[in-house]
Amino acid sequence: MSQPAKPATPPAGRANAKKELSEHFKQYKHVWVFVEQERGHVHPVSWELMGSGRRLADKLGVELAAVVIGPAGEATRAAAAEAFCYGADLAYIVADDVLTDYRNESYTKALTDLVNTYKPEILLLGATTLGRDLAGAVATTLLTGLTADCTELEVDSDNSLAATRPTFGGSLLCTIYTLNFRPQMATVRPRVMEMPERVEKPVGRIIEFPLGMVEADIVTKILAFVPDRDKATSNLAYADIVVAGGMGLNSLENFQLVRQLAGVLGAEYGCSRPLVQKGWVSADRQIGQTGKTIRPKLYIAAGISGAIQHRVGVDGADLIVAINTDKNAPIFDFAHLALVTDAIRLLPALTEAFRKRLSPHTRDRIAS
Amino acid sequence: MHIVVCIKQVPDSAQIRVHPVTNTIMRQGVPTIINPYDLFALEEALRLRDKFGGEVTVLTMGPPSAEDSLRKALTFGANRAVLLTDRFFAGADTLATSYALAAAIRKIGATFGAPDIVFTGKQTIDGDTAQVGPGICKRLDFLQLTYVSKVSSLDLAGRTIEVERRSEGGVQVLRSRLPCLITMLEGTNEVRRGTMLNALTAARAEVVKWSAQDAGVEDIAKCGLRGSPTVVKRVFAPTPRSEKAVVVEPAGRPPAEALIDEIFKLRPKLEADMFELARGF
Repeated sequence: MSQPAKPATPPAGRANAKKELSEHFKQYKHVWVFVEQERGHVHPVSWELMGSGRRLADKLGVELAAVVIGPAGEATRAAAAEAFCYGADLAYIVADDVLTDYRNESYTKALTDLVNTYKPEILLLGATTLGRDLAGAVATTLLTGLTADCTELEVDSDNSLAATRPTFGGSLLCTIYTLNFRPQMATVRPRVMEMPERVEKPVGRIIEFPLGMVEADIVTKILAFVPDRDKATSNLAYADIVVAGGMGLNSLENFQLVRQLAGVLGAEYGCSRPLVQKGWVSADRQIGQTGKTIRPKLYIAAGISGAIQHRVGVDGADLIVAINTDKNAPIFDFAHLALVTDAIRLLPALTEAFRKRLSPHTRDRIAS
Repeated sequence: MHIVVCIKQVPDSAQIRVHPVTNTIMRQGVPTIINPYDLFALEEALRLRDKFGGEVTVLTMGPPSAEDSLRKALTFGANRAVLLTDRFFAGADTLATSYALAAAIRKIGATFGAPDIVFTGKQTIDGDTAQVGPGICKRLDFLQLTYVSKVSSLDLAGRTIEVERRSEGGVQVLRSRLPCLITMLEGTNEVRRGTMLNALTAARAEVVKWSAQDAGVEDIAKCGLRGSPTVVKRVFAPTPRSEKAVVVEPAGRPPAEALIDEIFKLRPKLEADMFELARGF
């Protein structure tokens, strides 16, 4: 009974009746972005959010703060310093060796205490495994509203956050407000927002905040961390070229045609949701609202009909090429280039044609 | 040992259609299923019960028709099913949902024995928020273990549990304490088929039905639409791109060649980029 159970047209009386924000919540000001760092590496979604946060803060005429939680030492300070280059006006740091690895207990305490002390009106987090684990816990602790996986963040005429996300299994969009509670929390998936330009800037105002917790207070212990070795599994979201297949390919065997084309292009391959549900392709290759969001320079969709749930995952692609037998398929509503044909027959020819075009021999001929 | 598994009955999204003219959702006749992610949670719970003994209680909040999903869970071998159903719960967002479910889990604990573990799927396929699990967990003050791919060991006497948890850059191996809430990652186990015997038992089994009052919900104002801090103001269909797609007309040429020409015509810089990429392979 979460969002999809809500009536499509909410009762006007409730939705439009914005009560005056309570005096307590009126103190909540400024926009915060949680900077997600793990083992010295900042997740790029944090900088993408910094771009959105900057825009919201400018519209509201308030400050944009980065929140960096991590171990004591250089890595955490470096992440904060970097945040200024992506647009932060100030940074809150909670640095303690207890925070070396992400754990829900310690990070929830750090972020909740910061919010209760410095009172932001908007708090944005990346919808990663870390961000979702943390956001759900923090929002429940603060008893405020949290809108997950937003595709658009705007400030309304009355200065509230208008958070748009897909609903009904990704077939429609809805705009959600947290009118009477603060902070207004939202998560956004990696690659949904554009990466802002990095501008070299000096380190600005930093406010350090104590964790107020020691290792003995934390129940959950890290026994080991096994880093991913398979680079290919995590690169889909950030790939320059992506080739994906859908149900129009009819079989797992035909899906190999997608992989072959991707191989020739040096691209990543992906798929639409039904192929994961069928067990043909692993879940980390799924593109769409429930899978990865991509922003490649070129996206080739073969035999994908293009439900909204898929569309929201590829809308940021610079060039969308759709190959489908059904000329009425929804994918042609948002593709830039359409070829109405059977992808199963086209893909081998396309792979061969690209192979020829992109061979060093051809390149030399063009260059000369 | 007592395990509670929270499941949700969802529309089979593969079969949702948008009306081509009015652009509204055609909900009539869309079959419902157990949220596929929840099946991995249920399976893991049943495995632990089979290994360590005890009981599995499945819990759902929803309309009276959600009983179908609970019966299905019983055919997989769950011991007991509880349906939380009340008009006060309608329109709940994730915060209000976690409030009601946490109340019901406390009541289940008081009635059938305190749960050692609460399981749920990593997210639903209709809401996709992944927030209700952490929400329930915080309200119950359990240890939170999300995106778990494996329960590697369980020590009931020592009250400890070891799990593997998916994080962005790798896998965390964690030791934590009971009671805990686990959200299970997909594809982590092979979901069993229901047995004929269980199906017969399930058909006759009584599904426990609780209203808000039955479940011991203290503050009805924290439930449903009223108890939801988020407000859905607008539901709409996305606008088609303003410029229509360029349709490739091969005109007697091999379609693959015609397509590549069009790609490079629309994005001339792409050709050089693609040379670079292709060379890497």
